[in-house]
Amino acid sequence: MSTVTPTRPRLTPARLSPADVVRTGGSGLRSRPMRVFLSALGIAIGIAAMIGVVGISTSSQEDLDRTLAALGTNLLTAAPGQSFSGAAAHLPDEAVAMVGAIDGVESVSAIGKTDAKVYRNDHVPKEVTGGIGVYAARADLPDTIGVDVTDGRWLTAATHRYPAVVLGAKAAAQLGVYGSGPDAQVWLGDRWFTVVGLLAPNELAPELDSAALVGWPAAEKELDFDGFATTVYARAEGAAVSDVQQVMGATANPENPNEVNVSRPSDALAAKQATDDTLSGLLLGLGAVALLVGGVGVANTMVISVLERRAEIGLRRSLGATRGQIRTQFLCESQLLSALGGVGGVALGIAVTAGYAGYQGWPTVVPLWAMVGGVAATLLIGGLAGFYPAVRAARLPPTEALAAA
Amino acid sequence: MRSQTEKAWPVVGGPVGEPGEEAPPPVVELEGVSKTYGDVVALAGAGIVVRRGEMLAIVGPSGSGKSTMLNIMGTLDRPSAGTVRIDGHTVDALSDRQLSALRARTIGFVFQAFHLAAGVPALDAVADGLLYSGLPRGERRDLAERALRGVGLGARLHNEPHQLSGGEKQRVAIARAVLGDPPLLLADEPTGALDSRAGEVVMELLHTLHRAGTTVVVITHDRDIAASLPREVRIKDGRIEHDSAARNEPGTATGTAVGKAAVERVGA
Repeated sequence: MSTVTPTRPRLTPARLSPADVVRTGGSGLRSRPMRVFLSALGIAIGIAAMIGVVGISTSSQEDLDRTLAALGTNLLTAAPGQSFSGAAAHLPDEAVAMVGAIDGVESVSAIGKTDAKVYRNDHVPKEVTGGIGVYAARADLPDTIGVDVTDGRWLTAATHRYPAVVLGAKAAAQLGVYGSGPDAQVWLGDRWFTVVGLLAPNELAPELDSAALVGWPAAEKELDFDGFATTVYARAEGAAVSDVQQVMGATANPENPNEVNVSRPSDALAAKQATDDTLSGLLLGLGAVALLVGGVGVANTMVISVLERRAEIGLRRSLGATRGQIRTQFLCESQLLSALGGVGGVALGIAVTAGYAGYQGWPTVVPLWAMVGGVAATLLIGGLAGFYPAVRAARLPPTEALAAA
Repeated sequence: MRSQTEKAWPVVGGPVGEPGEEAPPPVVELEGVSKTYGDVVALAGAGIVVRRGEMLAIVGPSGSGKSTMLNIMGTLDRPSAGTVRIDGHTVDALSDRQLSALRARTIGFVFQAFHLAAGVPALDAVADGLLYSGLPRGERRDLAERALRGVGLGARLHNEPHQLSGGEKQRVAIARAVLGDPPLLLADEPTGALDSRAGEVVMELLHTLHRAGTTVVVITHDRDIAASLPREVRIKDGRIEHDSAARNEPGTATGTAVGKAAVERVGA
């Protein structure tokens, strides 16, 4: 006994170990699983919404990055713009050769628009063009753009002189052509052309999707093609892309460099991605509102919990708990409740991201910072939501608390 | 050590031993303690001294102020006027934190309503008796197991409150209260929620603890129980109406076995 109360005992409350703090905080949750589940669900929905938005946009970005990595970001195009007087300009004859001579250009190719139209057969009315353009294409086009031929083959030295055509993916679908070969014929410029190949869709050259491509000599011979390139494609060395981009306009048309539109298709792809940011921001805001509502739910649960457990508070005070220890218990309980929702929300958010990304054919990517941030945010919310109830619990006089039983 | 502290604090208004006789040190000293709630006077100048090893009843009808006295003895409440010393500590001078520490190591409480949390096995409930003492969990649970065996519930360690009878619940609560071997055990109507048979078992357990050296204060409205205890303090309208210790010499039959862990000996 004398060791318990020495002559001048110092009355200092003992500290609870972290494990005891968590165990005590969790004790209130175990007894009411349904309420805990529903309160945590509110938080989980908010976190899941935010994780989902971040995850889906990251997955989409990752998909774009992979696409660009596969396609390359070093493709440049030069196309005639408008002349000073507003009339449609065209590139000079030697444009392709000039661009090909720029330092750092690995390969160059071109297409030229013809005035011909293509139809499924000779019975289709003239005005039903389906928006499919007929282009003369240089034989080296696939090497420069990197477009794949899904069926048949690209125009060869032989076929590009004859009425043979390669169709973009959309154009083929519109013309009802599902395979190449001698039987696949389309009505092009008032005569039958044989479809020798079909192209895969290509993000860097989407204009080819709804195009019918014929050989350059064939176009000049059969379709009254004027021989001017309307788009020059150039692959530049990685380090030289910007330099090439700067001089390409002047090189393609030295007389009127301002009549040339030079662009980098991969930039356009990335820009298209960026326009989704507004929607992402809106969805993130919605997630934040859901999280706030979830936090109010947790606060409500905690207030009720404190009211219901006054007797327990009284007992703990009689066992020697300080006000601070009671406050810590309820704060910890609130944070556990909230963190439970946070962890569930992260899991739900990952599931949503995986589901949507899988549906879109994207890789599933959820950034680690979003997951850590999500759980950290719930700890903060739990602390805020539990603060007032915890302070109330701590201020409850022990006698009043015990009398509540 | 105790005799020094005893000499340091002269006892006023309570029973005093024979001159020259070394009386056990006081655990509870109330001097002129009053408590008012607004216009209501719950205690009006009550004075009482409880010495180590004593067992007494504070008896009175409902509204007599006995619960207020228990709260003040247990440092759960502070008096409006007067001085309270618990185990040598003057309560007025202590902060809320220090009072909590005092309760954690000095006072065990037993309540009429048991205060056992639903869904918590007896062993854990009892181990929580020392949660705020700083003892590691493993030791708390070891002590709790011994304490439960000590109150005859060795076979009920893992039972939850709904699996226990009223008497068993109160024995669990008593085990929790005496787990840390506190110098003072305050029992507020410990048999109030029990049938007479279970009540007898609980009272017998309190007697056993007393014989083993624990200071036991029982608050009750039951005159029979009060009369069966060594000392009886009757309280009415906030005043001490009768204290049997004024006639009987205090501390004569007590204090011999003080110093060993009560729980151990109850269990032995």
